Amino acid sequence: MSWREQIGRSLVVAKKDVWIYYLKGPVIVFGLIFPLFLLIAFTIGRNISLKELFPGVMGMAIFFTSTAVGPAILPWEARSRTLERLVCSPVSVWALFLGDVLASFFFGLLISLAPLIILLGLGVEVHHILVFVIGMILATFCFASLSILLSVYPPTDVPATVMMLSSLVRFPLVFISGVFLPVEELPSWGRAISSVSPLTYFIDLARYSITGISYYSIPLDLAVLLLFAVAFLLVSIKLHERFLPQRLS
Amino acid sequence: MNAIEVQALTKRFGGFRAVDHISFGVEEGEVFGFLGPNGSGKSTTIRMLTGVIRPDQGKAIIMGHDVHKEPLKAKQVMGIVPETSNAYIELSAWNNLMLMGELYGVPKKEREERAYMLLKQFGLHERRDSPARGFSKGMKQRLILCMALINEPSVLFLDEPTSGLDVESTRLINDVIRDLNRTGTTVFLTTHDMVEANQLCERIAIINRGAIVAIDRPEILKQMASGLESVEVSFERTVEADALSAFVHVRRVEKRGDKFRLYAEDVNGTIDSITDFAKMQGLKIVSLNTLAPSLEDIFVKLTQKERPEAGRVLA
Repeated sequence: MSWREQIGRSLVVAKKDVWIYYLKGPVIVFGLIFPLFLLIAFTIGRNISLKELFPGVMGMAIFFTSTAVGPAILPWEARSRTLERLVCSPVSVWALFLGDVLASFFFGLLISLAPLIILLGLGVEVHHILVFVIGMILATFCFASLSILLSVYPPTDVPATVMMLSSLVRFPLVFISGVFLPVEELPSWGRAISSVSPLTYFIDLARYSITGISYYSIPLDLAVLLLFAVAFLLVSIKLHERFLPQRLS
Repeated sequence: MNAIEVQALTKRFGGFRAVDHISFGVEEGEVFGFLGPNGSGKSTTIRMLTGVIRPDQGKAIIMGHDVHKEPLKAKQVMGIVPETSNAYIELSAWNNLMLMGELYGVPKKEREERAYMLLKQFGLHERRDSPARGFSKGMKQRLILCMALINEPSVLFLDEPTSGLDVESTRLINDVIRDLNRTGTTVFLTTHDMVEANQLCERIAIINRGAIVAIDRPEILKQMASGLESVEVSFERTVEADALSAFVHVRRVEKRGDKFRLYAEDVNGTIDSITDFAKMQGLKIVSLNTLAPSLEDIFVKLTQKERPEAGRVLA
């Protein structure tokens, strides 16, 4: 069975996820309501321009929305006893999880368009559109892969447990990624910590696409995002393969 | 070629051997029953055969494809109703079937035609657009069977397909199994229902504590039941079971409602003892039947850890 057929079946899995999981309570709470209030808290009362707000707003929007669906899928499938049905079907484990990543990716991309359109409507100009679009797609895929990785352990069938544990990773990442302060204004230890977060590189790209200024070089930002995306995807597939029997038992 | 070939299949969980070097073959077009008490290794075996878990040793070959070397090719020819499976309750019956058809790569026109036929056959066509959430247990199980058949599998695995279902759904599913068998589909069935196994299966394997203890045609298995012939008697009023267990030829007495089942080495001698006993006690016999050993008797004989002593009364 060719990889093309398997990619096709990944899209079927993604379609199933769209039908079933986009409107689940935890996804709405963690993917829409929560980031909305966080964005409101981030923007209101701060005496800075929309141009300065843009990287942080887009970074948070993409990060929270693209990591909202992934952690919910697997525990939900295990709980509703549909996971074994999927595992029995002629779909490779990698194709199965790629499908879940794609569902998270489309959710992140779709929802993040709303703040983007609002900011553009308010007069923010994106000067480096191609860089921003490529960065947005890469970052959304990277965070979607991260969201699948976050659902690996514990191999539970309680979605709320996975959602809460994933939040323990997601929130610190936002604080170390230059959302609230540009990377160049952080102390050296802060810059070192922020360099391990993929969100840092998207924020840097978003800032460059608006102001033409970036802390890292643009090829480096794109390469690191790509590297993180591939690493998250491969590691999550390997770990899911390992823990799948426990989840099914 | 066997549709299913199992060679020395073994699975351990920690130090516990759930399945221990089992080997058997299932011919193409055969309905094969796989029976065993809870925890005997039935579901672990079926999960290894369907590629859900990897065996520690041995191999399973489905229609010529090694399940663990060529899992996708093997899974492509299987239809599966897992014991712990469910349909997507958020989706309609129709969309559940479309989803499964797409996962098995069935072309759109074919999967729509098959889905229509299956929903008709299983009495779900009227509810095809309703979310499965509102379906009864029997309807859900019928839908799961439809999902397992959407790819027209060569080998169908059914893990307790009628467990806890109403009579109508059970009968429908059993009829479909017979129809599938007539069209050449190989069926691998696990069940707790001995009557169902007896009526559906051409051969039966009995697994106990991870090992296969018997494998043969149901009627041949029943011949293994020397000493399991029994006499069932009901008196007009209650009598002490101990009095019956004292009969010369009786090995064991079981009280079943208002009846006693007497397992005996000599059925005729036991009938004589019963009639003599009734005369002496001034009892009227309400019913008296001789019973051939059932598959259940064989199952109990082969799987019971310790058989009751001769003459022991089981209330």
